[in-house]
Amino acid sequence: MKIAPRTRSEKNILSLDSLFHSLLWLCAVLVLLVLGGLIILMAAGGKKAFATFGWGFFTHTSWNPVTDHYAVMAPLLGTVVSTVIAVAIAVPLAFGTAFWLTSIAPPRFASVAGMAVQLLAAVPSIIFGMWGFFTIVPFLANVVQPFLNHHVGHLWVIGPLLKGLPIGTGLVPAGLVLAVMIAPFITAVMVDVFKAVPSMLEESAYGLGATRWEVMSKVIVPWSRTGMIGAIVLGMGRALGETMAVTFVIGNVTSIGWSLFSPRSTVASLIALQFPESPEGSVRLSSLMALGFVLMVLSCLSLACARLLKGKRQ
Amino acid sequence: MAQGPIGVFVETDGRNRSEIALGVHDLNFYYGDHHALHDISLDFPARQVTAMIGPSGCGKSTLLRVFNRMYDLYPGQRATGEVMFDGKNILDKSIDLDILRSRVGMVFQKPTPFPMSIYDNILFGVKLHERLSRSEMDERVQDVLTRVALWNEVKDRLKAPATGLSGGQQQRLCIARSIATRPEVLLLDEPTSALDPISTARIEELLDELKEEFTIAIVTHNMQQAARCADRVAFFYMGRLIEVDQADRIFTNPRQKQTQDYITGRFG
Repeated sequence: MKIAPRTRSEKNILSLDSLFHSLLWLCAVLVLLVLGGLIILMAAGGKKAFATFGWGFFTHTSWNPVTDHYAVMAPLLGTVVSTVIAVAIAVPLAFGTAFWLTSIAPPRFASVAGMAVQLLAAVPSIIFGMWGFFTIVPFLANVVQPFLNHHVGHLWVIGPLLKGLPIGTGLVPAGLVLAVMIAPFITAVMVDVFKAVPSMLEESAYGLGATRWEVMSKVIVPWSRTGMIGAIVLGMGRALGETMAVTFVIGNVTSIGWSLFSPRSTVASLIALQFPESPEGSVRLSSLMALGFVLMVLSCLSLACARLLKGKRQ
Repeated sequence: MAQGPIGVFVETDGRNRSEIALGVHDLNFYYGDHHALHDISLDFPARQVTAMIGPSGCGKSTLLRVFNRMYDLYPGQRATGEVMFDGKNILDKSIDLDILRSRVGMVFQKPTPFPMSIYDNILFGVKLHERLSRSEMDERVQDVLTRVALWNEVKDRLKAPATGLSGGQQQRLCIARSIATRPEVLLLDEPTSALDPISTARIEELLDELKEEFTIAIVTHNMQQAARCADRVAFFYMGRLIEVDQADRIFTNPRQKQTQDYITGRFG
C-alpha cells in the first residue's frame, strides 16, 4: 500500500506544531532553571558566611558590621514576627470583607467595593510605606505608645511586649502596614474562592432553614478551605518578602528584644539597606547573600506547609 | 409535636392539616423586569404528589422556588399574589423564613451533600431548629435513612464524608436530610435528572412511600416519571398554567391542545 505524500501545507503545519511544542518545553525548563539558579546563586554567595560562622550564623544574636560579626537571628525574628502580626490582623479583616462582599452587600455596591479592593491590592508597596511613615509612626509615637507605656507597661508578660521608647517604629507598625497591604490581596482571592461554591449547595443549606452565618460557617468555609488556605499563604508570602514598606517603618536596628514597639529589622529590609555598603568579596556581602538564601528557604517552607494542610483534606 | 405554623407551636401529626397543603392564588413572579409567572392559581392537595411539567423556561422551577421563598436570596426577584400555607400567606414580609424553610424541604437537580459526615449531613437542618439528646439524634438519623432505603448501605460508615457516596446514594441522602426536619411539604426540582435509571427507579418508589406523610411537589422533564409517580399533573407553558388535572386524565385525555402537543412530543 502506498502512502500519499504529504502536501506542502500539511508539512508547514507540522513544522509549526513542533516549533510550538519546543517553545512550550523551553518555557517550562526556563522556570526550573531560574528557580535552581537563584537557589545556587544565593547558596554560593553565602558560602563564605556559612564557612566563617558555621552554626553560629543561625544561633548567634548579633549583626555587627563594626566587629564584622553576622548572624541571621535578629532580622529573621523581625521578619517572622512582623509577618505573624500582619497575618493575624489581615486574615480576620479579609474574611469579614469577603463574607460581606459575597453574601451581604447589595450587588451593585458589592461590585464597586470589590473593584476598590482589587485596586487597593494593586497599590505599589512604597505608597503603603510612605503612608506608614507619615501616618502610622507619628500616631503610635504620639498617642498609642505614651498610653501603653503609662497604663500597661508595668504588667506581667504583656508589659514588656508593649513597652518601648515612644518613637513609633518597630514590629507593630511594620505588621500594621503589611496587614493593610496584604488584606486586600487576601480578600480578593477569598471572594473568588467563595464565589466558586456551587449556588445549589448554598441554596440547599438555606433551604433547610440556615441563616447566612450558618451557611457561611458550616457549608461555605469547609467547602472552600483549600482555597482559603491558598489565599492566606499567598498573602503571607508577600508579607515575608516585602522590603520597601517595611524599611520605612521598622526602624532598622538589628537588635533582639521583647518589645514590639522598638526599632528592629527584617531580612529583606536589612539586605536592601546594607547591600550598597558591602564591598565585593567581604564577609558582610556573603552574609547578606546567606540571608537571602534563608529568606528563600522560609518562603518555600511556608508554601510546603500550605501544601500539607491542603493535602490533608483529600 | 414539631415546629408549628409560622411562629406558633401546634400539633402537626397530619390529622389537623387542611386538605389543601399549598394554595396558590393569582401568583405573579418577576425576575427584575422579566415577568416569569402570570396569574398562577393552583392547589396542592395534602399528601399527594403533584408534578409540574412543561418545556424549559416555562416557570415550573420558578414556582417551586416561591414555596420556600428561595428567590428572596436574590435581589430583584419578587412575587405578588398569595400562597396559602397553614393559614398564612407565605409571601408576607412578616413570615419567618428559617421556620418556613424547615417546614418546606427542597431537593435539587444534583445531589448537594455538605462537606461533612453522613451523620452530620442528616442532622444539619435538625440541629438548627431542635435541641435533641444524643440518642434522639441517633434515632432520627436511623429513622430517615431507613425511610430512604439507605440505612443498610451506610450504617457502618455514618462518620464517613458524604461526598464519598455514589450519586444515587447522595440524592437519597439529600432527601433524608430534607425530611429529617419533619417538613410538611417536600419540593423536588428534577431530583433524578443527574441519576442513572436504577437510582431513578429507587427514588420514584420512595416518593410513593413518602407521600403518605408529605405533600410532594415535583418538577420533572420526564413525562414517564410524571405518569408513574404523580397523582396530579400541572402543565406550564411560557409562564402560564395551561392545565391541571388527575395524572391519568392529563396523559390520556387532556383538554387543552397545547398539553396534548407537549405530551405527545410535538414540541418542547
